[in-house]
Amino acid sequence: MRDTTKRLLAATAILALGLVPAAAQGSAEEPRAGGVLNMIAQPEPPMLMVGLNTQGPTLYVGGQIYQSLLTYGQNLEVLPSLAKAWTVSDDGLTYTFTLEDDVRWHDGEPFTSADVVFTADAFLREAHPRWRHIATTYVDSIEAPDEQTVVFRLSKPFSAFIYAFELSSFPVVPRHIYEGTDYRTNPANQTPIGTGPFKLQEWRRGSYIHLVRNEDYWKEGLPLLDELYFRIIPDSASRAVAFERGSVDVLRGGDVEGFEVRRLSGLPDAQTTTEGWEMYSPVVFLQMNLREPPFDDVRIRKAVMHALDRDFIVENVFFGLGEPATSPIASTTRFHSEDTVAYPYDLDEAKRLVEEAGLDAQAHPVRLMPLPYGSQWDRLAEYVKQQLEDIGLVVDIRGVDPGGWSQALSEWDFDVTFNFTYQYGDPALGVARHYLSSNIIKGTPFGNNQGYDNPRVDELFLEAAGAVDLQEAADAYAEAQTILTDEVALGWLFEMRNVTIMRDDVRNLVRTGIGVNEAMDEVWLDR
Amino acid sequence: MRTLEFLASRLGKAVLVVIGVVVLNFLLIQLAPGDPAAVLAGEAGAGDELYLAQLREQFGLDRPLHVQLLSYLGNVLSGDLGYSYRNQVPVLELIADRLPATLLLTGSAFVFSLVLGVLLGILAASRRGTAADTVIMTGALVFYATPLFWIALMAVLVFSIYLPWLPPFDMETIGAGYTGWRRALDIAHHLVLPTVTLGLFFTATYARITRASMLEVMSLDFVKTARAKGVQQGRIIRRHVLRNAILPVFTLASVQAGQLVGGAVLTETVFAWPGIGRLMFDALFQRDYPVLLGVFLVTAIMVVLVNLAADLLYRIVDPRIETAA
Repeated sequence: MRDTTKRLLAATAILALGLVPAAAQGSAEEPRAGGVLNMIAQPEPPMLMVGLNTQGPTLYVGGQIYQSLLTYGQNLEVLPSLAKAWTVSDDGLTYTFTLEDDVRWHDGEPFTSADVVFTADAFLREAHPRWRHIATTYVDSIEAPDEQTVVFRLSKPFSAFIYAFELSSFPVVPRHIYEGTDYRTNPANQTPIGTGPFKLQEWRRGSYIHLVRNEDYWKEGLPLLDELYFRIIPDSASRAVAFERGSVDVLRGGDVEGFEVRRLSGLPDAQTTTEGWEMYSPVVFLQMNLREPPFDDVRIRKAVMHALDRDFIVENVFFGLGEPATSPIASTTRFHSEDTVAYPYDLDEAKRLVEEAGLDAQAHPVRLMPLPYGSQWDRLAEYVKQQLEDIGLVVDIRGVDPGGWSQALSEWDFDVTFNFTYQYGDPALGVARHYLSSNIIKGTPFGNNQGYDNPRVDELFLEAAGAVDLQEAADAYAEAQTILTDEVALGWLFEMRNVTIMRDDVRNLVRTGIGVNEAMDEVWLDR
Repeated sequence: MRTLEFLASRLGKAVLVVIGVVVLNFLLIQLAPGDPAAVLAGEAGAGDELYLAQLREQFGLDRPLHVQLLSYLGNVLSGDLGYSYRNQVPVLELIADRLPATLLLTGSAFVFSLVLGVLLGILAASRRGTAADTVIMTGALVFYATPLFWIALMAVLVFSIYLPWLPPFDMETIGAGYTGWRRALDIAHHLVLPTVTLGLFFTATYARITRASMLEVMSLDFVKTARAKGVQQGRIIRRHVLRNAILPVFTLASVQAGQLVGGAVLTETVFAWPGIGRLMFDALFQRDYPVLLGVFLVTAIMVVLVNLAADLLYRIVDPRIETAA
């Protein structure tokens, strides 16, 4: 008891001095070292090499092994990681990063600016589609004047550039292992070597991934935990049981079905948070093929928007785990605008629009392709079918598996489907790709597959991305949002709110805008 | 001598069958929409043209189909099953990692269902018309008709959640670091639920077949003769009836044995059992062709071998059968 009082007193003193960051969770307690944290990797990642695979579970596990130059807070503030400081020149063309010193790779080799240059100029340029696009479009040169400094010179300003150094976009890879090899087939991909707080100890495929404390971690006295286990549990009911029985301490958003979230959140020893997704902010949308009737007619698209009750979708199909979306840019992302065209739920208006369009529904039946990611998405497809049939369309659900979905989308062989997109903090990184006419490319699944083509929107996105003045960018993005919502380039449904459920003695797990993908060096267990 | 000839000719045919299976599988897989590059790009939520082209080139998917088929056949004949597109690990390694877990599970389920099924069948047949017979046959009917996954979920609910007796999933306690006998016990403990779940359907089948077959034999004259001679009931059942009634059970057992490799996908999924069925299932969705073909190949070889063994064993089970080539 006296101990607690003392600690509280000390904490109050610290708080009074304003030394504790407000976001720090459980800041009144003194962190304790030691312990094992059990989590779930679902689905089992193909590999842990974040530079080659950016799937959710790869980032979750790989984020403990690999690190990026920067990370981002829950209000998207730029935070240090492997880079301890950075400056941007006034013309927005030169970015200079100062690296942490005394960082070593897990195999003992020193980490230097040469690794960063290799990562940016060779490895990711070849292997990483998002970085390749940025590097080819904007980056002129990447140089390392000394061991601790890296300088990126851009050919033209790019207002989103400072957001391009997040873990999934820019994981730093070891030059001494990859230089001169075929990156994808390098056997070292099986034995990842990073700079992160944990090292791969063992991966029993189909059972678990076991990481252990990196004794030479560059942050003094960290990490606090000794071991991490990522369990492979393929059945979602079993994953819920695993948390219930205490075999795992953490459920990442998506680990269990929506209807289990409510139940598990109510367990006496559970705590939950929806924080930690601000950098990604997945937005779910309806993708209508604009090339063919009926969706080539904007009146039909507007009718669809009026016909869908997005509050109902969030509350009943997704168990309240979301917020209806009003714009192509998520509310947590930079340059989100409230000044957009709204489509309140109004079946009469929807029917009126369909009538006005003079659609012959029988002649143009709609092929609806559900997103093959589980039962909630099937329910969503069923709801949309029902609503669209209510306003007079003829809808036929075509179920596919992920491979078939990806192909049909790539080949533009669909009328309407669903998808969701990560925002990556800035519209130029996660949003623009779905609307730029230059991204209408047959054969790739995640571009402008609906075939939206508006030169003014192209221009606005270009202008915003190239702006040095942020107000200029905001104005351009605001106009783009108004046009996109007016023309219903995509049917925004809702912003997903993923819930992280954890044991109530887990501390500091979600600290930044990338949530559980953040290096768990400060995570500790109060047990 | 005749046995040897029989064996040689059957082995020759087996090789042809397996090659046929490989070719057929290879072609069938191509019919599924979507290729591994598209799936990988889909999972990553990104992927430009170059990325997809790089992947297809790396996987050799940019070559004509017949070239791919011939090179795959050549590799298989030289014992190389290729690289998993997705995991970038040799397929043989992936399969070898997973095979023991599956064989342990399916093998246990095989023994469990065979022993229990035949015992229950005998019991029911020898007490025909009694309460025991009714209970056994009703139970058999229920488990014969109930879907596997439902039994699995209910078993977890009852024996892991309401009564915390058995672990609901995993093959062993992760992170416990047990070795030797302690580890074997731990695995056995984890093995109970999946084995029973997987084995119940066949237990029911064996029980029904054994009972029916025994009742048929029991009505034959030589049983009456034995009884008239005053042979004890237990001895009649064991020596006279069971021996003559076991053949259909044996046939069924060889069918179950053929499923030793590929028959446990559902069970492995529900119980997070790190076996080959799960590997195959994932590979299917990820269009990981080399892994899928590898698992199919191992399964085909297993079926062919089991059938061959069964044909040879028939002669021992029932010496009246000739091994005709």
